[in-house]
Amino acid sequence: MKARRILFSVAAFAAMLLIWEFAVRSFDFAEYMLPPPSEVAMYLWGAVCDLSLPKAVWVTGKRLFTGYAIGLCIGIPTGMLCSRFNIFKDTVGILALGLQALPSVCWVPLAIMWFGQEESAMLFVVVMGTVWSLILATQHGVANIPPIYLRAASTMGSRGFHTWLHVIAPAALPSIIGGMKQGWAFAWRSLMAAEIYVTILTGFGLGQLLHYGRELMRMDQVIGVMCVVIAIGLLIDKAVFSPIESNLRKRWGISSD
Amino acid sequence: MSNIHAELENVTAKLVVDDVSKTFNSARGKVEALKNVSLKVGEGEFVCLVGPSGCGKSTLLNLVAGLDKPDSGTIKVDDTPVSGPGRDRMVMFQEHALFPWLDVFDNVLFGLKLKPNLTNPERKEVAKFYLHLVGLEKFAHSSIHELSGGMRQRVALARSLAPNPRILLMDETFGALDALTREQLYGELQQIWQKRKKTIIFVTHNIREAVCLGDRVVLFSPHPGRIVNTFEIDIPRLRDINDPALSPYTLEITAALKQHTDGREVAE
Repeated sequence: MKARRILFSVAAFAAMLLIWEFAVRSFDFAEYMLPPPSEVAMYLWGAVCDLSLPKAVWVTGKRLFTGYAIGLCIGIPTGMLCSRFNIFKDTVGILALGLQALPSVCWVPLAIMWFGQEESAMLFVVVMGTVWSLILATQHGVANIPPIYLRAASTMGSRGFHTWLHVIAPAALPSIIGGMKQGWAFAWRSLMAAEIYVTILTGFGLGQLLHYGRELMRMDQVIGVMCVVIAIGLLIDKAVFSPIESNLRKRWGISSD
Repeated sequence: MSNIHAELENVTAKLVVDDVSKTFNSARGKVEALKNVSLKVGEGEFVCLVGPSGCGKSTLLNLVAGLDKPDSGTIKVDDTPVSGPGRDRMVMFQEHALFPWLDVFDNVLFGLKLKPNLTNPERKEVAKFYLHLVGLEKFAHSSIHELSGGMRQRVALARSLAPNPRILLMDETFGALDALTREQLYGELQQIWQKRKKTIIFVTHNIREAVCLGDRVVLFSPHPGRIVNTFEIDIPRLRDINDPALSPYTLEITAALKQHTDGREVAE
């Protein structure tokens, strides 16, 4: 059954590509409006061979993962502080609630003023995208831990840091993972927007590649880069978050979707 | 079992609750959960606290556990005042309170890991021993959600016993289980209690359950929460919940309970 579904899925996508190719060729669209998929594939192949694409993926990936890692290091502990101390909750917590609603690409003008056209400006945007939803998810996750876990742990002699590490953190983990996933989605989108929006002199990312595709009227490049952006998004979701989530579901017995 | 009490007269009690009061603030004003309650429990004794809801029996258990502090009066275990939760007094709640992020074995190991002066292989041996004792060694690496309600409470029992507490505090531990599983666990708990020589304080609102398990049944009455009577249960072990010999005690305690309440609050 599963093999048949995969086969059907592959066939459907192949058919879509064929229709696209056929439509472009038979209606004679201008190349700068919509290139056929074969052109896109040619571009992708060429860009892989001349290393412009791998280099751009590397530059963007480095920004994304560094910024995301910084975001995790700030967001999770801050979220825990917010859940524990009202001083944090009533300040940082409210700030997080507000800033979470702000698409982090809105930070780009300020980031350029503060950091210049440098890597740090990009990192700042990624961190701003990651950190707020992570703070909220962590705070929420910790606040919703059933008190009975803490009572049980305390009767077994767990105190202070041990409780945080061995009870509160794992009990809040499903919520934190949810926040990580959302933070990742925000970070990825805002980094792309920022890269298209401003040229960073220290490195050429995927966003810049897409931007220059438009300037050169090379829609095969634009669509090719879009495909890579989609592929990376899917890959991270399937290779990183899906296994973690299914593992969690298996352990916790949260009903599968 | 009455010779236990004869012995107790000479031995200092394991647990001494002396003139303890506890008041909670609720929406409808102050609630006197416990008023001037005193109780002595001997080493190795199985004491059941019964009474309608709101009579303070669970409050007393939490005070003994150190999860809460009395407003006045003292609680001493082995002549040492209780100042907080401790490994010498393990609590089993009505909910199993097992950690879903750990498997069965690691749940049992949790309290052991916090116990100093043991090597890790020793801890694992102890955890295995108690899992075997509750008959779940085959499920060591199962997830908690894969177990039935009765199995979960067995794991919770193993987890509470593993750090070798001297006192086991059970708060309506079997309340959420189906009748069949409960009856089975009555037998198992009595056996484990005899084997491991624990002092057990068992809170329940089910009088028959209390008579089946306890050497002594302490009857509480609400508003304010206080002890109104104590009954020695002189029936040989292992007792069965369906044994007719329990009935005279059950009737006597139920009658006493009705005397102290208007009868509407009597549960089961």
